[in-house]
Amino acid sequence: MQNQEQINHLKTIVQNILDEAAKQGASAAEAGLSQENGLSVSVRLGDVETIEHHCDQGLGVTVYFGQRKGSASTTDLSAASIKETVSAACSIARYTSEDEYSGLPEPELLATEFPDLDLNHPWDIGVDGAITLAVECEDAARSYHAEISNSEGASVDTHQGIRVMGNSLGFLQGYASTRHSLSCSVLAQRGDSMQRDYWYTVARNARDLQSAVDVGNKAAERTLRRLQARSLSTRQCPVLYCAETASGLLSSFIGAISGGNLYRKSSFLLDALDTRVFPEFVRIHEQPYLKGALGSGAYDGEGVATQARDIVSEGILRGYVLSTYSARKLGLHSTGNAGGVHNLTIDPGKFDYQGMLKELNTGLLVTELMGQGVNMVTGDYSRGAAGFWVENGEIQYPVEEITIAGNLKDMLKNIVAVGNDVDYRGNIRTGSILVERMSIAGE
Amino acid sequence: MEILNLARQAILMPAGIQDGDIEKIMNRLLSSPVDAADIYFQSSHFESWVMEGGIIKEGSHNIEQGAGVRAVFGEKTGFAYSDRIELPVLLEAANNVKAIVRQGQEADPLHCKVSIKAADWSKHYATQNPLKSLPDQQKIDLLRRVDSETRKLDSRIEEVIVSLVGVHEHILVARQDGSLVADVRPLVRMNVTVIVEQDGQREQGSMGGGGRSDYNYFIDRDIALEYGREAVRQALVNLEAVDAPAGNMTVVLGPGWPGILLHEAIGHGLEGDFNRKGTSAFSGRVGERVASDLCTVVDDGTLQGRRGSLTIDDEGTPTEKTVLIENGILKGYMQDQLNARLMSVNPTGNGRRESYAHLPMPRMTNTYMLPGQHDPEEIIKSVKKGLYAKNFGGGQVDITSGKFVFSASEAYLIENGKITRAVKGATLIGNGPEVLTKVSMVGTDLELDSGVGSCGKDGQSVPVGVGQPTLKIDGLTVGGTSV
Repeated sequence: MQNQEQINHLKTIVQNILDEAAKQGASAAEAGLSQENGLSVSVRLGDVETIEHHCDQGLGVTVYFGQRKGSASTTDLSAASIKETVSAACSIARYTSEDEYSGLPEPELLATEFPDLDLNHPWDIGVDGAITLAVECEDAARSYHAEISNSEGASVDTHQGIRVMGNSLGFLQGYASTRHSLSCSVLAQRGDSMQRDYWYTVARNARDLQSAVDVGNKAAERTLRRLQARSLSTRQCPVLYCAETASGLLSSFIGAISGGNLYRKSSFLLDALDTRVFPEFVRIHEQPYLKGALGSGAYDGEGVATQARDIVSEGILRGYVLSTYSARKLGLHSTGNAGGVHNLTIDPGKFDYQGMLKELNTGLLVTELMGQGVNMVTGDYSRGAAGFWVENGEIQYPVEEITIAGNLKDMLKNIVAVGNDVDYRGNIRTGSILVERMSIAGE
Repeated sequence: MEILNLARQAILMPAGIQDGDIEKIMNRLLSSPVDAADIYFQSSHFESWVMEGGIIKEGSHNIEQGAGVRAVFGEKTGFAYSDRIELPVLLEAANNVKAIVRQGQEADPLHCKVSIKAADWSKHYATQNPLKSLPDQQKIDLLRRVDSETRKLDSRIEEVIVSLVGVHEHILVARQDGSLVADVRPLVRMNVTVIVEQDGQREQGSMGGGGRSDYNYFIDRDIALEYGREAVRQALVNLEAVDAPAGNMTVVLGPGWPGILLHEAIGHGLEGDFNRKGTSAFSGRVGERVASDLCTVVDDGTLQGRRGSLTIDDEGTPTEKTVLIENGILKGYMQDQLNARLMSVNPTGNGRRESYAHLPMPRMTNTYMLPGQHDPEEIIKSVKKGLYAKNFGGGQVDITSGKFVFSASEAYLIENGKITRAVKGATLIGNGPEVLTKVSMVGTDLELDSGVGSCGKDGQSVPVGVGQPTLKIDGLTVGGTSV
């Protein structure tokens, strides 16, 4: 109930902002407001390291004078500041150009149904409870094996926030959501080789977090397995992206079919709609209405209704990822993706992690990627990597200081299999992904 | 005094906060036996303008202000912040953070008295507001001129995107001894991105720059138009690029922005926090050889008007020129107050934070290598087969294993001492503690980057600078596709 009162209070402020914009002469306006509170506790070597109390708020407003647009934001929600912020946005709109594509969404695309997506589960853990949990997690990691030599610590984070947005078409909505996480990072040493790795768990509801001991054990296990990694000779071979790194591959794909890159013609997938981008067995879809999931939402950053829809089916690109503006630039309609995709999911295949290693047979398992070496315009891809060399489906030894390279267009087409070892922690849900062949550079 | 007064006017006066209020908050913090405490006040005004598709497409104005309250006890830190600069809110924050000290421990009643310390350090940039350095119409005119002049350069240009960003930031730090110190920080940046097309093939080029200055920086010497020319040149070079080689080879890095090598390969590994905790590949190695004797590397926050420069850091410590590596020998680390105290060394003015809502930690300012003896042309001539990398995108490092990457966006083959074909961008990967030991030639041509760098650590982004002369590295892995 308390939440509903606060949401109503923030709705009143947003309505005031929209009214103020109209008063200052704007023909249309959109405003968003957020408030968030949180606690972060980190421990290291069994003792408290930091206790942080978070308290954030902010408002953003965009005004239109016909086809001219101006934006402003502030962290100060006082009445005087709101007036100044609206006035700053209006002042900017005097200098921006007429843009025939700019403006609020088409009214018929705005969300009209607002199901409870089960996103709000405050966690009353308190500072002491958070310390106890973090210590338990780090202890599990540190006592896992004698070669665990040092620690960067464990931390517990809990956040609760409220977001409200509205526009001058009469859209005015808000919701509360929570996000909790537990993470741990430790070091291991054997001879000259020192390595570090981590693990984390994140959820809307603390009940869905992995246990502290499991997180600690996993962090330790992931660190230990990297010890005495070596480089590889330069070669070409099949590459298996583990689930956590595979999400990066899909996020590059989403970048290439996003409206902003398409209308600027800075994508390697221009004019790819209705053509084959993946092998036939691949289906990629959005699931905005999943209860309790991290990427769920009934509407996007502009109030447009989100859609449960196939982006790829039978390997064919069925739709782009568009906001109102980019859609108009392309002569299309918004797909409800202002601000990104919602629980993007690639359908899992029949193999689990072990099965995927067998499919890889002999090649590279990539468990970590470094750097940003992706050229969105050409699809050229070259990134630092670490992982394991695999022969006959069995891990042989850890590898590091290598790069993997190819062209994303070919890499997506040449996906051989998708695992059912899905990582559910993020907004992109995928199992491991096996790519037929890439260039490895090493010693 | 002048700067302190400017900061008071910008932050404290609108909020109605008096010196007596700061004393009250500090006394609340000091009522537990903390080792250190501070209150960080900040007010930032930010604007951006974007021209795209031949029109002024977007503009925004943002205000960010608030205060962060911190108490430190041993290795423990308590921290709270609020965007409401109000006495009751900050007193409550102080109550929350002093709980970092175990209950039952009471401090000797200390009384904090705000005292104004003469700022006897030299300033490394002017205080005027860059947002007001040009009337809005002239900012628009500048963008339009860059756009139209750039579009004229080549018929293959498909799109030009020009952005202009300015920040005017006031900060004020109150420390546990009652001293108040302040800084006023201008920052401007302009970027030009072009997309070119030839026979259905597209490429992109990008160039930008700026510093702690105002918008006249881009107009004087027509530097803005130079960004456009350079962006077009890079895009056209990349149209001709062939597949990059793959494998370990001799790499020559051009001067200036390729200094991102130093930032990633050794800079992060030399930050005090990692070394206090023993988690860096450089931990415990002061006095040891970590580079060839040709290499001297410094972190220097005192350069006039550079993007990474600071008069004082975010804990109120004046910045300095810190020697990290001298003739190949590791001399020391970059420190903030907490890590300097725990390691019993002096702070180096590297305590930085993204904003009042973040905790300070050791961060780089402008990191660069001093010039050497070799003529850059002679360096290229000495390479029979290798890669010449001239421009880079971002980089990343794992400070524990020491492995780092940085991605070339403009590179060429060197064949028999000559720069020949352009090759596609590729990621370079190496081992931090090892890479500088393979530096066999250092050029005379030290350059600093044009002022575009941002560095991320623990989710906090701060502006930084890098620089270096032409460098020859005998063996680095190049991640191309041409096996």
